Amino acid sequence: MIGTHTVIKLFVYLLLMGFAGMFLIPVAMMLFGSFKPDDQVLAQAGRLGHLLPAEFSWYNYRDVFARVPFARYLFNSAFISLCIVAGGLLVNSLAAYAFARLRWPGRDWMLMVVVALMIIPLEAIAVPLFYEVTLLGWRDTYWVQIIPFIANAFSIYLFYTFFLGLPRELEEAARIDGAGPWRIFFRIVMPNAKPVFATVAILNLLTQWGAFLWPLMVTHSEAVRPLPLGIATFYSLPPLQWGDIFAFGVMMVTPVLLIFVLFQHWFVQSVATTGVKG
Amino acid sequence: MTSADHQPDTRDARQAWLFALPALLGLLFFVLLPFVLSLIISFTNLRLGSPLPLEFVGFRQYQRIFTDQAFLAALRNNALFALIVVPLQTGLAMLLALLINQPMRGMVIFRSLFFMPVVFPLSLVAVVWILVFAPGPQGLLNQVLETVTLGTWQARDFLHDPVWALPAISLTSIWQGVGFQMVILLAALQGIPRELYEAARVDGANRWQQFFCITLPQLRNAIIFVVLVTTILAFRLFDQVQIMTQGGPNHATTTVMYEAVSSAFGSQQVARAAAMTVVFFTIVLLITLLQRAVSRHDKVIE
Repeated sequence: MIGTHTVIKLFVYLLLMGFAGMFLIPVAMMLFGSFKPDDQVLAQAGRLGHLLPAEFSWYNYRDVFARVPFARYLFNSAFISLCIVAGGLLVNSLAAYAFARLRWPGRDWMLMVVVALMIIPLEAIAVPLFYEVTLLGWRDTYWVQIIPFIANAFSIYLFYTFFLGLPRELEEAARIDGAGPWRIFFRIVMPNAKPVFATVAILNLLTQWGAFLWPLMVTHSEAVRPLPLGIATFYSLPPLQWGDIFAFGVMMVTPVLLIFVLFQHWFVQSVATTGVKG
Repeated sequence: MTSADHQPDTRDARQAWLFALPALLGLLFFVLLPFVLSLIISFTNLRLGSPLPLEFVGFRQYQRIFTDQAFLAALRNNALFALIVVPLQTGLAMLLALLINQPMRGMVIFRSLFFMPVVFPLSLVAVVWILVFAPGPQGLLNQVLETVTLGTWQARDFLHDPVWALPAISLTSIWQGVGFQMVILLAALQGIPRELYEAARVDGANRWQQFFCITLPQLRNAIIFVVLVTTILAFRLFDQVQIMTQGGPNHATTTVMYEAVSSAFGSQQVARAAAMTVVFFTIVLLITLLQRAVSRHDKVIE
């Protein structure tokens, strides 16, 4: 009995290791390749036995900074993502609170509209939105990449369902003490709603850090372009040097990867929430 | 609410509006308005910088795109991509979730590993996988296949091969996205009450019977959700195509969004691009309605 159990365990581990290999190898190829001289990257790319570099060199990393404005892309991505995340947290949680707790004419049908808007992906409106921002003269700026994405129906929905689940007693007590809705929101609701704030922040950060389609449509100068466009440009910039591209990739993913490692539990929780709520 | 506690309500209502206004304005101008515009524009001849006067042309844009070989290929490719990715990704996510859910040591590490690619931007993943799919000795996949088949594998240029390019993009997408689905299924899996399994064991059900009679039915809504999300993602396919193949070779990997963006840019044909995105949205809507119908059906059974 113990025998079959151990065999099953061993089998599960073997399977998991196999899959782990599949997930790790491309990442390892990128990470180790970024430290190799360029001719070695290509010569060894197909050989799993030669994943590790013979010696570590920072040459590719210096080369990235010499060839493209990496620091600029990084700043742009960070600035745009942070503005959307911070602005979105505030604006969408406030709206959700109005839907969940305050009484105002038009609330119920507007909530229905917001829920309906959730199924419209960016792709479905990208073309007219592109036309709209062209008319506004917003193309090739920061705010064209920020402002349209602050209000977010799905974020409102996530906040809304969370606020509905909060016990009302604390808010009622504060109201009796004479606190207005703003004070109640910032002093009582917000501190009790950390999980949903973390969820919304993480989901938006992931989306924005990878944003590609929209920046591609509305920007053309390096001054405002984010990292995902940076790597696409870099890839098409001759001469094609894989060591450089991998170094770019490592630097591009490190910030989100660090946040992921630090807040792993929240990431997993956030994604799981989308499933439960959806 | 009775009128008793409605006394200070005009002030309350005004404040409530202030709470909601920024988000509502944002949604109005950047979601609802463009959505309505896309419908209207798709019935016009709108073209950026065109000297022609703007006029309504009825269904002409739709007639054009549905007789356009590239757009029809795009629709086919999106459908094919969904047919490859949805079952494979959902199945793999399910397998990984089941493995990780075993009460064994080290599962958190594996969970993190499988989830890790989700935080990688698709553009980066696409670029890295170009090298994985490279022809000749640099190509990792070709090398691995050659080793596995003991040298009988004919190395090929996956991304420039009309048959292999789309499956190659599919593999890339699955690698990046499967962790997302896995985590959702894992959460659902952990939400199944243990008593159900204990009762089944008492009744003498074996592992397979437990899986098919308890696990799968209990996961039903989560699976439906995962399938829905993956299908919609399949129709949104753009980044990987733009970076890995530019729709080629010979339209073998073009997608609805790729055609829409090309129309809006290459030839500034905004109306034509709008018509394509309306078709795209109709597909998304149909998939969503289908999911709702199936899920509701489930509730009726309960």
